[in-house]
Amino acid sequence: MTGTDTTYSTDEMMSVAAARALRDGASCFVGIGLPSTAANLARRTRAPNLNLIYEAGALGAKPDRLPLSIGDGVLGETADAVVSVPEVFNYWLQPGRIDVGFLGAAQLDRFANINTTVIGEYGNPKVRLPGAGGAPEIAASCREVFVVVRQSRRSFVEKVDFVTSVGHGRDGAERARLGLPGAGPTLVVTDLGMLRPDPETKELVLTGVHPGVEVEQVREATGWELRVSPDLETTPPPTDVELRTLRALQSTIGTNAGR
Amino acid sequence: MAEVVALGEAVASAVHDGDTVALEGFTHLIPVAAGQEIIRQGRRDLTLVRMTPDIVYDQLIGAGCARKLVFSWGGNPGVGSLHRFRDAVENAWPVPLELEEHSHAGMANRYVAGASGLPFAVLRGYAGTDLPTVTGTITHITCPFTSERLAAVPALNPDVAVIHAQRADRAGNVQMWGLVGVQKEAVLASARSIVTVEEVVDELSPVPGELVLPSWAVTYVAEVPGGAHPSYAQGYSDRDNAYYQEWDAISRDRDTFEAWIGREVRV
Repeated sequence: MTGTDTTYSTDEMMSVAAARALRDGASCFVGIGLPSTAANLARRTRAPNLNLIYEAGALGAKPDRLPLSIGDGVLGETADAVVSVPEVFNYWLQPGRIDVGFLGAAQLDRFANINTTVIGEYGNPKVRLPGAGGAPEIAASCREVFVVVRQSRRSFVEKVDFVTSVGHGRDGAERARLGLPGAGPTLVVTDLGMLRPDPETKELVLTGVHPGVEVEQVREATGWELRVSPDLETTPPPTDVELRTLRALQSTIGTNAGR
Repeated sequence: MAEVVALGEAVASAVHDGDTVALEGFTHLIPVAAGQEIIRQGRRDLTLVRMTPDIVYDQLIGAGCARKLVFSWGGNPGVGSLHRFRDAVENAWPVPLELEEHSHAGMANRYVAGASGLPFAVLRGYAGTDLPTVTGTITHITCPFTSERLAAVPALNPDVAVIHAQRADRAGNVQMWGLVGVQKEAVLASARSIVTVEEVVDELSPVPGELVLPSWAVTYVAEVPGGAHPSYAQGYSDRDNAYYQEWDAISRDRDTFEAWIGREVRV
């Protein structure tokens, strides 16, 4: 991996950073949208044996193009196994067989709780979002959870309006009290940097910034008093290979190319 | 034994005003044509059940067919919001829409319990989420063997299940393959069922990974080629991604939507 392209978007940096976090050979329960882009990029770069699991029932999907959604036919057609929806959740997810749950969020709070249900009050919402889908049990049962989300004051809030999927709980200790099988969110990748929970308090701490991003910029995009790690890292920029692969993938989104 | 009839006849006799109706299909084999026939026949006050209400549910809701939605994820997959669904929830247009909201795991297990003839299902679910505070059909029980606290959700037993499959034979045995979602459970959990199929054939030749619903487990079979469009039917058609993208603009505005439904569905 030599050479870097100096012109890339913040979204591209986010997808590349998220893709690098996935270990080759891991099993990964993939949410659609940003997580799916990053997971497919990982499979085409440093994690060719990444095992992609989609909730529609595709285990070990190997799409040759970026699926527009989990409804894309390419997922089932390229999978190692196709199973029913009750089986995905009961046999594969619930017993804790999956390494990484890879989720998006409309709102995320300081303890990495996820909201995809409503903005505003549940009974009288300002914005009605799609809802839970598979995320509550993915967040509970995968060995760990990575969240990919664009960072802004709207998305990074002190307290989410609704806990759709539990991160570390309202007080940071609730997850441990509940005795959930998985470790919960261990990494949040945004378009500005990377956050990880404090090992004690579980509050999200800024542990990395992407090239050219100032800490002050990240603070301004965060709805709480953001703590910054003393060992703050700077993300290596995307390599030529990563960018070329990502752009080739995105040029195929939702198309029937390569079939 | 299933009766092989025209779609209009199946909907007219199986789906009544006020029924609980589950049109299932998880990303694949979505029974869109049957949903549009329900709109055409003007059904009202339906409780619609679906794990992933998408475009055809947006159409049913916008057309005023539903008073309640039991679901776990409502969106235009890969595109964004369901605007008719949002307008019903946020503004009660054209009629108010009551919600009963679960997770996928909860909904899948509710169908399994319904198909199994059990009153409820247990799962390791909903822990730490706000869903139990807004959804009355989520509670908890203690395992009598291990004392683990588990979520309990009641069985789903719709009046009617509606699904789309690849093939049926003339006796009404149904054959489907690929991503089969929760359709088998939905049919077995329901009092009546309608299965639309791509084609009715003399004999069902075996297909790897097939799922067969025997004729005596199905009420009506109707031949509707392309009945899953814009979703896909593996072996018959590809997903029409452009339709999903175009739906965003059609559904965003009430007048545009009404013009569309008048032109494309209520004809």
